[in-house]
Amino acid sequence: MNGIHDMGGMQGAGAVVPEQDEPVFHEQWERLVFAIETATSCQGFYNSDEFRYAIERLPWRQYLESSYYERWLAAIETLLSEKGVISAEELKARVEQVKEHNGTLATSPAPAEPGQLAGRLAKIVREGASKRRETGQTPRFKPGDAVTARNINPAGHTRLPRYIRGKRGTIQSLHGAFSFPDTNARRQGKNPRPVYTVRFAAREVWGEEAAASDSVCVDLWESYLEPAL
Amino acid sequence: MSDEHDQHDHHGHHPAPLSEVEARVRALESLLLEKGLLTPDAVDTVIAAYERDIGPLNGAKVVARAWVDSEYKKRLLAEGTSAIAELGFGGMQGEHMVVVENTPTTHNVIVCTLCSCYPWPVLGLPPTWYKSPPYRSRVVMEPRKVLEEFGLSLDESIEVRVWDSSAELRYMVLPERPAGTEGMPEEELVQLVTRDSMIGVAQAKSPGAAS
Repeated sequence: MNGIHDMGGMQGAGAVVPEQDEPVFHEQWERLVFAIETATSCQGFYNSDEFRYAIERLPWRQYLESSYYERWLAAIETLLSEKGVISAEELKARVEQVKEHNGTLATSPAPAEPGQLAGRLAKIVREGASKRRETGQTPRFKPGDAVTARNINPAGHTRLPRYIRGKRGTIQSLHGAFSFPDTNARRQGKNPRPVYTVRFAAREVWGEEAAASDSVCVDLWESYLEPAL
Repeated sequence: MSDEHDQHDHHGHHPAPLSEVEARVRALESLLLEKGLLTPDAVDTVIAAYERDIGPLNGAKVVARAWVDSEYKKRLLAEGTSAIAELGFGGMQGEHMVVVENTPTTHNVIVCTLCSCYPWPVLGLPPTWYKSPPYRSRVVMEPRKVLEEFGLSLDESIEVRVWDSSAELRYMVLPERPAGTEGMPEEELVQLVTRDSMIGVAQAKSPGAAS
């Protein structure tokens, strides 16, 4: 979707402001959001494409006014509600209870096998979860091929940034086939297909004011590309 | 949860009022705990991994090794994931690593314009500026200007390559080895490699500037 998240090449955002000696997390609630995301995605309630899409579906104003972990929190709430894990009503009622007790609300955790979930999370942190899949299909393009990023505007999730649509580039490398985000984000199948690094000359994308030598490399699924004429 | 959290829960006197976002997170946490979908030790495990074990020191060790061992450097540039795994690093958000080398004629810088993809196993979790609209919107279009704001002026003759992490590959920059470090031991070289130099918004530190 042509959402506010697709920011490459937008103007007017202001200066980049680095923070000296920035901590990993600024607040305790950010730690919790990070852990909750890891725990709920690891248990299979949603995949990473669904998670990104849930963030992209936030209203523009909310997206821009929220911090990174506030966006995560909103996406987790959306997905857990859509998946029937925690309804919006249930969550709302609990928020009211928490406020009434000003955070001192006692929780009775469900009996769990000690260390089981912690062990699963430690394993996924350590080993990751690759989305590369063997398909046996022959890739359509090879390094050096001239390609054009398709000018398409999918209404759902996509990883084809707007700023290179319709632009001509060169296949730099092939990385194997990966789950296709456009369908995986809607649980319409992994449909693995080849991913390429495509190099676009900065002038092709941004015009003559860009430096002649500069370029942008973007990783693109095969179906985002067509042979350049 | 952590000690900080426990103190917040159990201190009797004048707790600060909860913000809206804190209340939402506490509510979510308590429901997940009740349903058995979250456990305190699971939370602690995940947090400790990224606050204690995984951070830019990992990437710095990879870079320093590449500076002193040319065979390692070749493997690192050819197959990033397995070369990084040789030093014991890998995992979530680093399943498919690509390392790009800065040279006297080419400067690389990484970004994720669509969200905030970042190579966690070697750099840890990303800083706020990397995730912010100014960096994500601007660095693909005007990389030289953004780098200048970081204090890095690049000569016109240097080619700038921006890597937009739009799929499942994660990028790390291999910065140039600073001048005057010939013969310096690997452990000392590690100290010169900053997070920003591995994103590509800075050079590695010079030996004199190392703190």
